[in-house]
Order: sequence, then structure tokens, then C-alpha cells
Amino acid sequence: MLLNQFLFLGAVLFCIGVYGVLARRNGVMVLMSVELILNAVNINLVAFGAYLHSITGQVFALFVIAVAAAEVGVGLALVLMLYRNRRTIDVDDVDLMKG
Amino acid sequence: MILADLWVAENIAFGLIALMMVVAAIRVVTTRNIVHAALYLVLVLAGVAAQYILLAAEFVAITQVLVYIGAVVVLFLFGIMLTRAPMGKMDDTDNEQRLVGLAIAVVLLGVMGYVLWKAFGKKQFEDLAVQTTAQVGNSIFQQYLMPFEVVSVVLLAALLGAIVLARRD
Repeated sequence: MLLNQFLFLGAVLFCIGVYGVLARRNGVMVLMSVELILNAVNINLVAFGAYLHSITGQVFALFVIAVAAAEVGVGLALVLMLYRNRRTIDVDDVDLMKG
Repeated sequence: MILADLWVAENIAFGLIALMMVVAAIRVVTTRNIVHAALYLVLVLAGVAAQYILLAAEFVAITQVLVYIGAVVVLFLFGIMLTRAPMGKMDDTDNEQRLVGLAIAVVLLGVMGYVLWKAFGKKQFEDLAVQTTAQVGNSIFQQYLMPFEVVSVVLLAALLGAIVLARRD
């Protein structure tokens, strides 16, 4: 197997996730796109770990999974607060601090 | 010759799974039904777990299935329910920046693809040694003990924060 096939897959997933973060209105959908980005990073970490015969890649992939779980928990709590206060989770409507 | 080398079972498996993942990921960011987006996300995450198996990273693959498909997707479905999103198709899931977003994503993909091709070219995995769960555990609890403890505290703080934020009072 080529190393690059995994890196290209990660790059494609990353770009799809970036598009989702930029183009989606719904807060929950934005969080799903962030998950795509984090998974792309994890594929890269594990692929480089396997390529270099190092265990570090897998350990850091596990750390990223743990941080991603924390991120989803806090993110969904924020979206829930937003819904309770504004009756909408459209992230484009949250422009109170826009100059 | 190089083509015959590349055409082995694991490459065929990689190609099929990668195709499924890319199609599902595109559906995640384009579908108008938010529940379908969460279910397509399951396909992507399962594909990532399968790629970890191909890379002989068994523990990360199992953790991926347990944490992502088991917990994170359920959390997303709860979020969809609690914000009372319409279950059917929605009209305004995308904002007016979608063309700019598409352009940025394509440019980013072009740049990253060029750099990756320049940097790594046709480098192959030599022999994929299976890295066992015992090795991962030893590494976490010896070399990376301190980062592990920090991640534990981060997780605790995040979950307490989520409870404080989401609590009704």
C-alpha cells in the first residue's frame, strides 16, 4: 500500500469538512462537519504511525478521539443554550458581536 | 510491474471503503435532511474504523467504533431531537457563502494534494507490523502518562461544563 493513498483520503475528508463548516447554517450540522475534520486528522496520525513503525501515532489518535468527544459534549450544550434563548440554532443569526 | 504490485486485496478493500467514505461525507455536508446527515456520518466513521484495521491499528479501530458510532452519533441525534429540528427536508440548510466555501475547499484540496504528492510520492508501507493493544497501553501509561492525565482532566471539565450549560434552572 502507498502511504499517499491514506494521506489523500484524509485530505479529501478534511476539505469536505471545511466546506461543511463554511456552508452549513444549522449548528448541529456544523458540529458534524468538525467531526469529519477531526477524523481526517486521525487517519493521518495512524497512517504516519504505521509508516514510521511508531506507536505514538495511535496514542495521539486516541487523545484526539477523547478531545473530540469533549468537544461534541460542550458544542451540543452550547447549541442547546442557543436554542433555549433564541429559539433558533441558525449560526448565521448569532451576529450580536458583529461590528 | 508497479501496477501488478499495487493491485492486491488490501488496495481493492481500501478503494471500495474510501469511495464509500467520500460519497457519504459529501452527503453529510449536502443533504437537506438533518437526521440523514447524522446517519451518513455513521457510514463515514465506520469507514474510518475499517481503514484503521487496514493499517493494523486494532485498538484505535475498536475505540473509534465504541466512542464515535456508539456515543458521539447518539449525542448528535439527541441534539437534533432537543432542538426540535424538522424531521423531513429543510429548505435553508445552506447559507449564501456556499460557492465561496466550495472554492476554498477545492483550492485547499489542490494545494494539499500537490504538497502530499511532492513530499511522499510513491512511498510504500514496508511491512505493517500489528501494534497490539498491550503496546498501546504501555505507551500511554509510561511515555505519555502526563498527557493522558491532562486529557482526563479536560474530559472531566468538558462534561461538567456541558452539564452546567445544559441544565435548566
